[in-house]
Amino acid sequence: MTALPRLTHLDRLEAESLYILREVVAACSRPVLLYSIGKDSSVLLHLALKAFHPARPPLPLLHVDTTWKFREMIAFRDATARRLGLDLLVHTNPDGLRGHIDPFVHGPAVYTDVMKTQALRQALDAQGFDAAIGGARRDEELSRAKERIFSLRSAQHRWDPKRQRPELWNLYNTQLGAGETLRVFPLSNWTELDVWQYIERERIEVVPLYFAAERPVVERGGQLIMVDDERLPLAAGERPKLRRVRFRTLGCYPLTAAIESTASTVAEVVQEMRTMRYSERRGRLIDHDGTASMERKKREGYF
Amino acid sequence: MGASADLLRFITCGSVDDGKSTLIGRLLYETDSLRADQLASLEADSKRSGRQAGEPDFALLLDGLAAEREQAITIDVAYRYFATARRRFIVADTPGHEQYTRNMVTGASTADAAVLLIDAQLGLLTQTQRHSCLVSMLGVRHVVIAVNKMDLVGWSRDAFETIAAQFRAFAGPLGFTTIACVPLSALRGDNVAARSDVAGWYEGPTLLEWLETVDVDADRSGKPFRMPVQWVNRPDSSFRGFAGTIASGVVRRGDTVVSVPSGAESRIARIVTRDGDLDAAVAGQAVTLTLASAIDVSRGDMLVHAADRPVVADQVEATIVWMHEAPMLPGRAYSVRVGTRTVTGTVSDLKCRIDVATSGQLAARTLELNDIGICTLSFDQPVAFDPYAANRDTGGMVLIDRLTHETIGAGTLRFALRRSQNVHWQFLDVDKRQRAAQKAQQPRVLWFTGLSGAGKSTIANLVERKLHALGRHTYLLDGDNVRHGLNRDLGFRDADRVENIRRVAEVARLMTDAGLIVLVSFISPFRSERRMARELFAQGEFVEIFVDTALQDAERRDPKGLYAKARRGELRNFTGIDSPYEVPEHPELRIDTATTSAEDAAELIVAWLGGTREAQ
Ligand SMILES: Nc1nc2c(ncn2[C@@H]2O[C@H](COP(=O)(O)OP(=O)(O)O)[C@@H](O)[C@H]2O)c(=O)[nH]1
Repeated sequence: MTALPRLTHLDRLEAESLYILREVVAACSRPVLLYSIGKDSSVLLHLALKAFHPARPPLPLLHVDTTWKFREMIAFRDATARRLGLDLLVHTNPDGLRGHIDPFVHGPAVYTDVMKTQALRQALDAQGFDAAIGGARRDEELSRAKERIFSLRSAQHRWDPKRQRPELWNLYNTQLGAGETLRVFPLSNWTELDVWQYIERERIEVVPLYFAAERPVVERGGQLIMVDDERLPLAAGERPKLRRVRFRTLGCYPLTAAIESTASTVAEVVQEMRTMRYSERRGRLIDHDGTASMERKKREGYF
Repeated sequence: MGASADLLRFITCGSVDDGKSTLIGRLLYETDSLRADQLASLEADSKRSGRQAGEPDFALLLDGLAAEREQAITIDVAYRYFATARRRFIVADTPGHEQYTRNMVTGASTADAAVLLIDAQLGLLTQTQRHSCLVSMLGVRHVVIAVNKMDLVGWSRDAFETIAAQFRAFAGPLGFTTIACVPLSALRGDNVAARSDVAGWYEGPTLLEWLETVDVDADRSGKPFRMPVQWVNRPDSSFRGFAGTIASGVVRRGDTVVSVPSGAESRIARIVTRDGDLDAAVAGQAVTLTLASAIDVSRGDMLVHAADRPVVADQVEATIVWMHEAPMLPGRAYSVRVGTRTVTGTVSDLKCRIDVATSGQLAARTLELNDIGICTLSFDQPVAFDPYAANRDTGGMVLIDRLTHETIGAGTLRFALRRSQNVHWQFLDVDKRQRAAQKAQQPRVLWFTGLSGAGKSTIANLVERKLHALGRHTYLLDGDNVRHGLNRDLGFRDADRVENIRRVAEVARLMTDAGLIVLVSFISPFRSERRMARELFAQGEFVEIFVDTALQDAERRDPKGLYAKARRGELRNFTGIDSPYEVPEHPELRIDTATTSAEDAAELIVAWLGGTREAQ
């Protein structure tokens, strides 16, 4: 008789996520996996491959492209979809394109609303998706600690903290009324360290921007912003400098700050994490307008 | 933390101001789970709130939502994460105020251990007894009593030992495997992660040591193999696998298994994962099983060892926790999820309500928000489960409202009622088709719904006369008449109205079974009861006729003077006045009495019946 496996915390987190992914596919009529190209999305995609093996994940991937992503992210996205033969949908808000929405001109709030929040709603409505799977974790931000794994959105994509359903055992309620949709978070119980340990264990490919390298950056208000293309307006006398940096979180390059680091492998990143002393959302510049801002954005339909 | 640490899920329970937020904040802080920016904002917040001079106010860390921050109370279950070298922890943080039952039950459903806070100054209170009963009911077997604020009682050994002894005496019948008591100060950090030097007399573990070492694996081992099937994996015709998470036990290649409830038997051919096939898989693993022979298995079924099967029943006794503002009504049909199967369930008998502090049984007709009761539940089809006390992973259920889709209750299955196992349908030689054929008609139920005074009975009477004249065999069930006999024990409260409709629907069903066309004239104000009635009948048999009259018109007619009485307050729970009427969304027929006379309406209904009969 073979020895029975003893499950580690990563095994248990993985199994919980596989269960959630399977629930969505079994119970929802038109689910979609929101693929944002970051490390959490890479983990989510890896889990989807496992959950449905030997079948290919029976749901499309959706990327909301703001046109301000790092170029390396787009290259990674296309290579990944091709390598795995996945059904990838890319949506950009056409109104935003027409209006030349620019974070530097219109400010991060308008930009995020038009290019992310509105764009996501358009894509979900257009395709009639009734469940969108995302990679958010409860440890990322205070207001997320109470977020459900299956989180209900009204027909207007609004999140109402008072109407969220209690979740008991693993008996998730996936029933929906007309127009209602679900956001589903299979990584709810993972922490940032779990994500990196899992990436290391499973040898999951992630965008190279997570690893330290010499990159051209400018320093603004104490944050290091990478000059990814010529659209970044430079102040008079401002010159990009080459610094050894990496990213803890990836989004739109003008809104994502780098950190100085020498960690150039997954193992070194895990090692750095243990000694790291600030939380990852700090690198996302949109989160700094007030403590309760995330909650407000969520009510309005930001993912 | 190493990548091979294991995982412990626990719940924290305490009354308001026992120091629960402070304790959790302290645990996060001491295990280095806070980062510099969180610490900085903690210090800034603490200064601003001014609740605690000098020390950071850890409680502030935990309040996520804006409204709660303002009121400085937490209102729901929040999940927190921290880790040590030995274990990764998931904490379900539940508040201690009135809504605690719903929230605690939610948090405890996934917890292996519980931390119960007691304020050393106050001692063992009823609230702690309630918390203990709830965690015990949800199957948590390991509890630690955190006797907090020991600094405020001068670290009195007597005070601590009195509380510990009281608790052990009280908790005796609750079936905990492990009970530990730790004296501590969340605010100062004594005995939380670091041993305190102010209480040399205490020799037990710190709270964190206890959490790191409590052995919960024994709870999971030795259980029979169960895997609820989530999804059938069928990429092409050569592969058919059953995907699911093993709820309990161990499964090995070659094992003989059956699918329940059907009972079809086969053998495990492969245990498939993307990392390669396994020889064996254990509880907690998400796998895909293939079988040696083609048997019919789909989502909602459960694969189990042939030699050790769960209970299969359509009538059970269950404990229900009610989680919604609208009360639970016996007789109303709810959607019930057990494992991966969703069925329709009706509470046929509410035995009692439980007083959580004493475990005493109280008489009850309904369950209100946060009430717990024991009841008989009837399902529309057989369900496979294990008694919750024997297996937490296959004995729980949630109840969902069939119209709003909200989760309105949860429960634990206790046992199958013998009745459902032994009372089998009596097979009758003459069946419904033959009875109907003899009468040369299709059995129907014409369900007239609408406000009192809308004209239901008048129209139903006319319809029956016309059908009778056409040689049809009919029977008219009138709400008021039935209340004089069959339903004379029922009043007009919501629970009674539900039972009223259930009985009438069952009688109508028997009559259609006899081959009759039944006319039912009942206000039947609630959508869910009309739907319950509809579901008793075959497709196309149930004809909902909405007799639509504006309230002011019905009130103006007031043929029995009831509206006037209700307005004077002499009649309570009168539909349209102080009890709601839920308008039908998709009736087969709608009669607008403002534009249609009763005679025309009857004509219309008879013509409609003739038309649909010919179309069939
Ligand atoms: N002296 C003392 N005060 C404490 C201790 N733990 C908590 N408190 C205080 O008790 C009050 C309530 O604590 P809080 O954590 O908000 O309680 P909760 O309602 O259970 O979350 C706060 O003012 C805390 O600072 C303790 O061990 N000793």
